[in-house]
Amino acid sequence: MMPPTEPRWVRYTLITVAMLFLTGLVVLPLLLVFAEALRQGLSAYFTALTDPDAWAAIKLTLLTAAVAVPLNLIFGVSAAWAITKFDFKGKSLLITLIDLPFSVSPVIGGLIFVLLFGLQGWFGPWLRANDIQILFTPIAIILATIFVTFPFVARELLPLMQEQGRQEEEAARVLGASGWQIFRRVTLPNIRWGLLYGVLLCNARAMGEFGAVSVVSGHIRGETNTMPLHVEIMYNEYAFTGAFAVASLLALLALVTLVAKSLLDAVLERREQRVP
Amino acid sequence: MTSLPSPLDSPTLPPSPTYLRRWGWKRPSVLPGFGLTMGFTLFWLSLIVLIPLGGMILKTATLGWDAFFNAISTPRVLAALRLSIGGALIAAIINAVFGSIIAWVLVRYRFPGRRLADALVDIPFALPTAVAGIALTTLFAQNGWLGAPLDKLGIQVAYTPLGVIVALIFVGLPFVVRTVQPVLADLDPEIEEAALCLRASRWQTIRRVILPSLFPALVTGTALAFARAVGEYGSVIFIAGNLPMVSEIAPLLIVIKLEEFSYAEATAIGTVMLSFAFLMLLALNGLQRWSRRYEEA
Repeated sequence: MMPPTEPRWVRYTLITVAMLFLTGLVVLPLLLVFAEALRQGLSAYFTALTDPDAWAAIKLTLLTAAVAVPLNLIFGVSAAWAITKFDFKGKSLLITLIDLPFSVSPVIGGLIFVLLFGLQGWFGPWLRANDIQILFTPIAIILATIFVTFPFVARELLPLMQEQGRQEEEAARVLGASGWQIFRRVTLPNIRWGLLYGVLLCNARAMGEFGAVSVVSGHIRGETNTMPLHVEIMYNEYAFTGAFAVASLLALLALVTLVAKSLLDAVLERREQRVP
Repeated sequence: MTSLPSPLDSPTLPPSPTYLRRWGWKRPSVLPGFGLTMGFTLFWLSLIVLIPLGGMILKTATLGWDAFFNAISTPRVLAALRLSIGGALIAAIINAVFGSIIAWVLVRYRFPGRRLADALVDIPFALPTAVAGIALTTLFAQNGWLGAPLDKLGIQVAYTPLGVIVALIFVGLPFVVRTVQPVLADLDPEIEEAALCLRASRWQTIRRVILPSLFPALVTGTALAFARAVGEYGSVIFIAGNLPMVSEIAPLLIVIKLEEFSYAEATAIGTVMLSFAFLMLLALNGLQRWSRRYEEA
């Protein structure tokens, strides 16, 4: 029996509505980024990208991701191990707290560090007395980025490791393996694709974060501007080629992340089919 | 979705009642590393999330109730909160409608470009918000690709509250599609065939059979889109025009207050938004438990 379906005209109408919505809201903005970036020609595009301020922004963005992503990776693995391999009270509260940075506004992710390290903040007077500056330096940018990307790796690993259970690790333990050996030889091979997935998403967000970083950066050109902040400044100065050129790099990063994500999806699907 | 197993499921220890009464806050296990990983987790969670957020709440507490209330009850703050919450609500409802249609089309129909369309749904997740913001603004500006034809019809999107809603629809879209899609794909075709055999019309089947089973996922997805949109900043500020009382969102007002060094007001607005986010998180946890029960039933 054919599965029941709608009349042909309903099907075509729904497909058209869905595709028009996606085109207007997603495809056109994406195309527009590249069209605007290349509008003045390739040489203007590369001039905009090799501008010293743009370069400084690219370097700061790479540095931020290079610090924030590994730290959140270690945190994510460690939280997932503690939560999925053991039973303890308050587990769901702990998971909710780990998720919290996802549900608060990114601006709050910046505000809290201003309230800690700003002049009127909790540590402000002490920092000033000791002549230490944290706010409006790359340190604050990195802290705010760690905050907003905090749950990414843990979130990917929790359901995965929960599903895999703990029998394999317990068997390894009974056979005399040490904790580190169990993790490296048993757990890691099981979770590596999920881990990679989490790292990819974490990295994309770390490089693209705008709200939290914008609050703590101080927008000092060449020093505390990340790529998204550079895009904002250029755009507000009507330097559209400069803004969209750097924006096109960020859009490329998003596209590469999505392609890698769908490749990983395919790998995971094939693995699931192989293991009954 | 897998739920956390009860302690009785673990094969390591026999489920003896006397034993269960004895384990305090943590069940003993043969696996090593609990102290280390739990210690590091709590340390890092406190350092990055709990202490900074606690610092903000403490700061609000030092304001006193009157100062707090005065800070958040000015017309400008109320208008900003209304726009952030109201705009997010409208955007979430529009996403509920179009997100369901997109999920339906992607799961049920086969057409050229389906896989590409499926991949495109994730773009709003991955595209940095500032990039989305300037792209949407240029697209909907008076001389933009979509803004120009709309302008001929007398509709202004960029630099109006309508622009805020367009940006919020953009950021919320994947939440609805990605929550509804798997449930729709898992729906048993036999119940639809049964409805057909019972001579239900296709519309009756959709309304009485399919929609009720999608409902929990749809509500959850819409709530996720709403929660994200309330706090959204980057994609909105470019397109909004940011006129006080008209198109100024709450997160932007926090930034403006900080730039004016009115920490107290910024903190007060921040605390209101944090409380709102926490309430949404609790509601979402409840929703997800509800829909999981619904799926299992």
